[in-house]
Amino acid sequence: MSGSDNLFCFFAENMKSYYSKYLEKKASSASLAVFRIGFGVMMFISIIRFWSKGWIDTLYVAPTFHFKYFGFSWVTALGEYTYVLFFICGVSAFLVALGYKYRIAIIVFFLSFTYIELLDKATYLNHYYFVSIASFLLIFLPANAYFSLDAVKRKREYLFVPKWTVDAIKLLLGIVYFYAGLAKINSDWLFKAMPLKIWLPSKYDIPVLGTTLMQENWFHYAMSWSGMLYDLCIPFLLLYKKTRNVAFVLVVVFHLFTRILFPIGMFPYIMIIGSIIFFDASSHQKLIDFVSKTFNPFKGKWDLVASKQTRVKPVNKLALYVVVSFFAFQLVFPWRYLVYPGELFWTEEGYRFSWRVMLMEKMGVANFKIVDAKTKKFFYVDNSDFLTPLQEKQMSFQPDFILEYAHFLGNHFTKKGHKNVQVFVDSYVALNGRLSQPFIDKSVDLYQEKESFKHKKWIVPFNDEIKGL
Amino acid sequence: MIKKFFLIAVVFLVYTCSSSSDDSPEQEKKDSFDREAVLVNIADNIIIPSLEDLSQKLVSLKVDKDAFVATPDQTNLDALRNSWLSAYKVWQYVEMFNIGKAEEILYSFQMNIYPVSVDDVEANIDSGSYDLTHVNNNDAVGFPTVDYLLYGIAADDAAILVKYEDVKYLNYLSDVINQMDSLTDEVLNDWNTSYRATFISSTSNTASSAYNKLVNDFIFYYEKGLRANKIGTPAGNFSADPLPDRVEAFYNNEVSKTLTLEALTAAEDFFNGKAYASSSTGESYATHLKSLDNSALQALINNQFSGARQKINELENSFSNQINTDNTKMTQAYDALQLNVVSLKVDMLQAFNVSVDYVDADGD
Repeated sequence: MSGSDNLFCFFAENMKSYYSKYLEKKASSASLAVFRIGFGVMMFISIIRFWSKGWIDTLYVAPTFHFKYFGFSWVTALGEYTYVLFFICGVSAFLVALGYKYRIAIIVFFLSFTYIELLDKATYLNHYYFVSIASFLLIFLPANAYFSLDAVKRKREYLFVPKWTVDAIKLLLGIVYFYAGLAKINSDWLFKAMPLKIWLPSKYDIPVLGTTLMQENWFHYAMSWSGMLYDLCIPFLLLYKKTRNVAFVLVVVFHLFTRILFPIGMFPYIMIIGSIIFFDASSHQKLIDFVSKTFNPFKGKWDLVASKQTRVKPVNKLALYVVVSFFAFQLVFPWRYLVYPGELFWTEEGYRFSWRVMLMEKMGVANFKIVDAKTKKFFYVDNSDFLTPLQEKQMSFQPDFILEYAHFLGNHFTKKGHKNVQVFVDSYVALNGRLSQPFIDKSVDLYQEKESFKHKKWIVPFNDEIKGL
Repeated sequence: MIKKFFLIAVVFLVYTCSSSSDDSPEQEKKDSFDREAVLVNIADNIIIPSLEDLSQKLVSLKVDKDAFVATPDQTNLDALRNSWLSAYKVWQYVEMFNIGKAEEILYSFQMNIYPVSVDDVEANIDSGSYDLTHVNNNDAVGFPTVDYLLYGIAADDAAILVKYEDVKYLNYLSDVINQMDSLTDEVLNDWNTSYRATFISSTSNTASSAYNKLVNDFIFYYEKGLRANKIGTPAGNFSADPLPDRVEAFYNNEVSKTLTLEALTAAEDFFNGKAYASSSTGESYATHLKSLDNSALQALINNQFSGARQKINELENSFSNQINTDNTKMTQAYDALQLNVVSLKVDMLQAFNVSVDYVDADGD
């Protein structure tokens, strides 16, 4: 007993000293600067792109009803002022890139971007979630230590930051990839090549490959398996110096390939730019020298920087605790689906915020029936009266959307003077090429059901099995 | 090793950059289903022939209308009513093709919006000056308006003929029918001159391609024009109470079933690629599903078409009578039609994986 106790103490001591030594390690501040600039610029471009496509109006201003995340119903639509919010978000992204009043800028960016994302869960994308949490993480990292307006202003730039602050970003990217890879270890993806078997042949109109490779059965399997392996291995290949160059080429190829095939907006570019963090600090320094020479963003003011500090830029102890808790959460949260019964792809209980990317081809229709409980008189709802096409599409195969919409309808028709309102839904969903099947128990009055984190018993069980994680 | 990788990467980059441009060079079809063959079959054997037939039927309608205008008596009224009905039946084969010129000029909005607005029609007749193409007059033109003018302006035939002693009524009847004829000719003419070529070559998987738009139009028509407008809305499926005056051809009140059955046949034939007024079949969504090894879905959809037909056959000729006597049969017919909404909108669209034309946002 005492022997193993001693052994444990020995390990604990060792771990502790390793841990405190690790915390004292320093890294070049150029790495964080490169990530900060890349992130800020990509976000700035994303906001402009979003604005110019008119999506602020179609997604946030025009809809009369918005789907809320559970617990965030207090996030209210701002109407025309949504443009102001986007403007603030864009400006703060630009300030982050410049490193001007960095801490305030990144906090404002995190808050404004996250608020936008919380406005309507119909617009949920994994990569928006990534942006939100990456900007949260950046709040606690000294990304303005070097090559920033803040450094110019305080006439001092730090050449070093704690190593863990750079590793934190690598860890976040690593989690995104690795968890996305784990999620692909399921029988639909690996043994049915679903949904790629549906998606790839539909790209028949891209040149050369469209009518050849995209139609080949073996290619669908090859893409499924290599996609899974890519996601699982890429963080390690990027970390390991000898494979890093090859890995980065793979990152570029993979993301550009997905960019051609799927309408995924800025995400591929964000991941490509983000992955640059894995390179050596000397490469980051070269990049900064290059930017410095070509654009000269600080217009000679750079000479004002009186001293280059070899001292490590100090980081608040609290920031470290926040970052550790943040990662503990990130590592555990995607596994919450394990506590729910039923097939994850079907119920989607625990599906979001878990790096489950492009795993499903899922479509549905949902017809809502408003019944007067006393007279049994009923009528159906035309969803397009209340929802945008995007909202209707998202609502039709996600139980929490269906419940929220049912309550909206119940309240709406009660307010309009209908009595004893009950809300039923007749819905069908098709998943990964299977024939559609009933989705929600149509005998359940959804108006009486409450949203919670508990399992939704009124989801009709999936009549097939998907094995795997 | 790394050099090789970079070489591959560069080749790949060049490829990805070049593929983002829109030019698609001539290419050999391999496994890919021949979408152009579907469009050719639909254009040459379904859309254009049904438009031609409609155009001919509208010419007869015009001839009979002219006779009636010259001599507004019972014989000419009966002849006019007959040719109205035969044109209305053919219209059921045309309404779903809201594409090309038809979409541009809002053809179907000017041909078959019901219920007709009696107030608008009477106001137009009274004033004697009107722009029939104006959007506010969509419910005061087309087949439903002719229905009202031939059957609804007075209590019985004798009274109706009395109404036509007023030349304003004759003028309006004449103008509405002439307008229907010229709109149809405009659409047909566009198909025969330029649009067919555009249509059949537009097979890409983009929101604006003819192939994808047609799928969406077809499903939209089945769901709205057929299921909801002809059965669901009058049966009260979307309102607190049934609305028997919302049936198609309400004033005639004996042909709503006939028209609905024609529309169902049109949808079924279109799905199966069956030529208009002929038994030959060609490439279609049905053969497309077969090529995707999805014969089961194709069979299911056809079974559900038959099931819906069976339920509609059980209805009275007059849907408004049916609603007033036994509305459950109407709602059963609606439920039978609804089954194919699921199969077409969910299962078939998933199998084809077409870009939907209405959702514009990034994906995951």
